[in-house]
Amino acid sequence: MGPPLLLSAVDLGWAALLSPEIASRMQFGWTISVHIIFASLSIGLAPFIVYFTWRDVRTNEQRYARLRSFWVKVFAAGFVMGTVTGIPMSFQFGTNFPQFAEVAGELIGGPLAFEAKMAFFLEAVFLGVLLYGRDRVGDRTYVLSSVLVGLGAWLSGFWILIVNAWMQTPRGYEMVTRNGMEVAKLTDPVAAFLTPRMPWMYLHMMNASVISVALLVAGVSAYIVWKRPETDAWNSALRLAVVLLLVSAPFQAVHGDAYGRHVEDTQPQKFAAMEAHYETGQADLHLLAFPKSTDALTDPRAENLFTVSLPAVGSYLASGGDFGAEVVGLNEYEENPPVALVFWSFRFMVGLGFLFIGLALWGGYLVYRGRLSDSTRYLKAMIAASPLGYAALLTGWYVTEIGRQPWVIQGELKTSEAVSSTLTGAEATLTLGGFVVVYVGLVLTALYILKWLVREELRSLGVRESNESRWHGPIPWVSGDD
Amino acid sequence: MTDQLLPVDAYLVESLPEIWFGAVLFALGMYVVLDGFDFGIGMLYAIRTDEREREAFLAAFGPIWDANEVWIVAFGTMLLAAFPRVYSRLLADNYLLALGFVVALVFRGLGPELREQRDDERWKRYTDYAFIGGSVFAPLLLGMLAGRWLFGGATLPVALTGVGLVAVSILTGAAFLAAKTEPGLAAELRTYGIGATLAYLGGVVVLLGTVVLTDAGGAADAVLSLPVAAVVALSVAVGLGGSVLARRGRYRAWLVSALALPTLLTILVAILLYPTIYPPTGLLVREAVVSPLALNLVTVLGFPVLLLVLWYFKFLYGVFSGPIESEGYGE
Repeated sequence: MGPPLLLSAVDLGWAALLSPEIASRMQFGWTISVHIIFASLSIGLAPFIVYFTWRDVRTNEQRYARLRSFWVKVFAAGFVMGTVTGIPMSFQFGTNFPQFAEVAGELIGGPLAFEAKMAFFLEAVFLGVLLYGRDRVGDRTYVLSSVLVGLGAWLSGFWILIVNAWMQTPRGYEMVTRNGMEVAKLTDPVAAFLTPRMPWMYLHMMNASVISVALLVAGVSAYIVWKRPETDAWNSALRLAVVLLLVSAPFQAVHGDAYGRHVEDTQPQKFAAMEAHYETGQADLHLLAFPKSTDALTDPRAENLFTVSLPAVGSYLASGGDFGAEVVGLNEYEENPPVALVFWSFRFMVGLGFLFIGLALWGGYLVYRGRLSDSTRYLKAMIAASPLGYAALLTGWYVTEIGRQPWVIQGELKTSEAVSSTLTGAEATLTLGGFVVVYVGLVLTALYILKWLVREELRSLGVRESNESRWHGPIPWVSGDD
Repeated sequence: MTDQLLPVDAYLVESLPEIWFGAVLFALGMYVVLDGFDFGIGMLYAIRTDEREREAFLAAFGPIWDANEVWIVAFGTMLLAAFPRVYSRLLADNYLLALGFVVALVFRGLGPELREQRDDERWKRYTDYAFIGGSVFAPLLLGMLAGRWLFGGATLPVALTGVGLVAVSILTGAAFLAAKTEPGLAAELRTYGIGATLAYLGGVVVLLGTVVLTDAGGAADAVLSLPVAAVVALSVAVGLGGSVLARRGRYRAWLVSALALPTLLTILVAILLYPTIYPPTGLLVREAVVSPLALNLVTVLGFPVLLLVLWYFKFLYGVFSGPIESEGYGE
């Protein structure tokens, strides 16, 4: 394969220019990657917003008003970004994958319409009230608005994952001919919408959102506490985020392990790709894997890797207790997903997951000793960790989505058959380029907004801009708690 | 089991496919009416340079635009749920138009939200460009998309549909703002509104005339029907009547009449389409619709939710009714 990384990047570039399929997949993958960050930001922040709003209205304490005001701004910015990136996605099924939309329309259209009507409207309408209605509605309605906004975010994920789970483990339909095309006809709604994958995906994704946002809140709080140790508000936000992480991070590991077994049951090919398991037979578990050469980055076979492995434990995990269990290998299939992407994404996600557990335990210990905000080392670690939740979430998503290739509907419709037949490579490439430019702009803007918000917050806490080190002293303007 | 509760091989009511045709166009109509005046606000924003006026414009639509915008997603997903063939062909056939429209929406949505994040002249200028550009191109491209839906590839009718949607958006935007701002500004806004009304009505007449003369998309016969004539006559009456109300300073009544125009436009689209649903493919409503069980299910679960959504909107508009306060809304 020569020097594979560079070459394959060039090849991929040409393939994108020439092939509507590759360009469409890259476009969808790229837009969903950006969208998912903002969507999960809403999901994960929702409990914080509800809590801060409730405490603010209930206790009238300055610190909750401060935290509520800050995080509602972040939530609003994230929601706008989520909306503007989500609307193009809802059109891409039609523009880029119309065959998929037509084949699956009867199965996926309903849940997607519910997402818009039941969840998206709820979030958008009551966010308007939450952002601009403080003086126009009563306290109770105001708190209720925050609950409804959060409920909207969580319901949104529910309906979207119903669709995605159906694509992973499709049921409740039969193929019929309509207008000269083989399409899926709904036969059993309960089976179709409550697929075996649904509860796994929902819990894993919602918890991943909570972890990501707990890390973000902890990181921002740690930064502000590091600059301004006297702030009650941000000390309590940091404590809250660490406690939340202490619950959610270990849960994700336990849940993820069981989820993996479910994947082996329902999508053995994806499971084999996660472990780069080619030959059918007993499977080892690679705890750590490093490539011996650059080849192994693009094709991670066991002999290409330095690994720390537990022999036969792969079989044990896949089967739920049998060390000798046979695990189907990738060689059994005609077409496989890009194994390297799935294998390394999976390792990246799991590795980060364990890092989060470590950070949570460390933080929990410091909370227990009452020394959380004194440990500069911990504060710095949390600042550094603040974007890592999203890295884990994205790579987890890649395992799920790239891992099921070549299928868009598992066992039923291939991605290559789902792509528009009228789309030209030039059109698809042009729009791919457009989305890359626009969405890079969006991500940068979101980061700038967060930076400005933090800076403004520090200024209101009396920290001068030029001041690099920790700033002690009484906090200006605000009497009482803060 | 749901399949015992719901008929599997027959629609709940015989006309359910037609009801869904109406429901999908209702969602489109809600979008064109509600986000239409948001677009109008964006375009009027471009020609007012006073910073205080601009802030007032942004405050007028700040709490509601997000909710208004969701109607386009409701429309798209309802179309997918009931008529997947139409959804997929319409978007695949009009690839660049459709993606151009959503990119315009991205800019329209971001501009005003980002503007307030930072107090810096250049930053404000760029976010204003995004807001204004998005507000012009979104209705233009959406109108062109509707034109392609109705008339296929015929250039002039498609362009005129786009321009028509821009004009009617300016009209509703002006009426909405006039009802919410102080009298001096409202009087200036009504001038734009009345101009847009005349441009819009003229545009519709020219558009339909062109379609009759060229038989674009084979729609000439449909245009020369009694219902179309009735809707056009009603539009002219409502448009002119609204202009008179505007002149007399009765801005709330003007707003109601102004919102009737995009509603009538959506009804016109429905009349021109029916009984086909995507004329370029010759597909009929009945042929394109999904199977009974699926449609029954989304009906039984979906219509109560739709009513709930309408109630949310009543609540939202109730909370933010009345003139814009000097400091805008809320925080």
